[in-house]
Amino acid sequence: MKQEIIISGFGGQGVLSLGKILAYAALMEGKEVTWMPAYGPEQRGGTANVTVIISSEPISSPILSAYDSAILLNQPSLDKFEPKVKPQGDLIFDSFGILDKPTRPDIHSWQIPAMETAAELGMMKCFNMFILGGYLKLHPIVDIESVIKALRKTLPERHHHLLPTNEQAILKGMEIIQPASL
Amino acid sequence: MKEENEILLLKGNEAIARAAIRCGCDGYFGYPITPQSEVLETLAELKPWETTGMVVVQAESEVASINMLYGGGGTGKRVMTSSASPGIALMQEGISYMAGAEVPGLIVNVQRGGPGLGTIQPSQSDYNQATRGGGNGDYNVIVLAPASVQEMADFVDLAFTLAFKYRNPAMILSDGVIGQMMEKVVLPPAKPRRTEEEIARECPWASNGHGLKQRKPQVITSLELQPDIMEERNRHLQAKYKLIQENEVRYETHCTDDADYVIVAFGSAARISQKAIEIAHEKGLKVGLFRPITLWPFPEKEIRELSHRVKGFLVVEINAGQMVFDVRLAAEGRIPVNQYGRLGGIVPSPDEIVDELFKLAEQAKA
Repeated sequence: MKQEIIISGFGGQGVLSLGKILAYAALMEGKEVTWMPAYGPEQRGGTANVTVIISSEPISSPILSAYDSAILLNQPSLDKFEPKVKPQGDLIFDSFGILDKPTRPDIHSWQIPAMETAAELGMMKCFNMFILGGYLKLHPIVDIESVIKALRKTLPERHHHLLPTNEQAILKGMEIIQPASL
Repeated sequence: MKEENEILLLKGNEAIARAAIRCGCDGYFGYPITPQSEVLETLAELKPWETTGMVVVQAESEVASINMLYGGGGTGKRVMTSSASPGIALMQEGISYMAGAEVPGLIVNVQRGGPGLGTIQPSQSDYNQATRGGGNGDYNVIVLAPASVQEMADFVDLAFTLAFKYRNPAMILSDGVIGQMMEKVVLPPAKPRRTEEEIARECPWASNGHGLKQRKPQVITSLELQPDIMEERNRHLQAKYKLIQENEVRYETHCTDDADYVIVAFGSAARISQKAIEIAHEKGLKVGLFRPITLWPFPEKEIRELSHRVKGFLVVEINAGQMVFDVRLAAEGRIPVNQYGRLGGIVPSPDEIVDELFKLAEQAKA
């Protein structure tokens, strides 16, 4: 088992923490993981991205030329990484703010209205967990229980009362992801 | 603090800090700079002064940090600093003094793109500085190049051990990739800091103000105005460096046994090259990896031996061509030695390296 994933979006969308929670959950299931962020001025509002690799075998490069799955949360990310999805790989995007949708016929594109749903439900802070839910629907590489354990480990204790809300967001994300029409 | 092994998901920089506390480090002196600020941040967060008694000082500058290291090391304590390329450049005077006065200590360089202030993105362009001394005078620093977060943790204790064994500064030469990425780490069991008695036993040269009744005052200095004495001291240093070259070379090989071509790469470049090798194998090219772990002492003999068996080397390093000269010296012109790197903070992708491998194969055939 091996998944090579790029997660990219605006700074502040929870891109890096989404990757971290996924990596942590995999680690707790005894898998090998790497989490490699673009660590520049992105944190202050530009585009942020992180490469996450989860594998049952030791991992070579933390930096990749092509990805099994791409989670792309803004237009610049989609423009940059769509060409780097492996043939038959998965591209997940939130249509919010995306004018030019993915066009490649040789990959599977999935749309998840996470921003809209999060706003409707008043759960904007869990935006990235809707996305994670959508991803896990396609690639159940970790159990939800491990994700919740990972959240418990990575969130400061004062936020632990939000764990059920996060779980709700993950489950909702699994429901709302759908194939994108090209 | 836990005494058993601890498994965590950590950034390389965090691993360095945690490993330092666990291996009985006595003091850290440093000044923040990207991409290594998490070393100091993690130490500040973990407050080891409340548990092991380890001192953590945010110094006023890199120059102050390295001079604190000189002072701390001079008393026989396990002391360290960390910085990134421009900060390490500022420390070179102090490192040279430490080498001259034979003061042990650990310097961590999480490299970023240069020259000058450069960028904050990963680079390996301080190879020459690290492996040729870096400051004035004839001297060497023991240089370890970690290629994983696990090695970031493991090399802290190793670097201290070597530094004290040879009374010489040791350096962990890392980069922004290894410093910033997170991986699974098994932290070693915690061991206590050495007691004053242990230090007195292991470091009879230390100048700590405790031995005055039994002996003459210790003098720790790099200055000697009599050139004949200074030449003797240099000969002593050179003999020591020779000993280190004979005993402390470390490296790792991967698929080199039946390889036609071998990539020579260290640190993050070795990791990326490993992926390139996986792709090259799928395309039918027999490629192996030689990864120097000690950059000084350099595994010259091992690379020379390999140059008799393979058709070409590709040196992959994130700079304009520095280690390639050491590989060429070792290969003695027997086979083509190409170099590939990206500059200024750009990291090469596995695909780019695969292309270079095929170019090398073409060239070797012609």
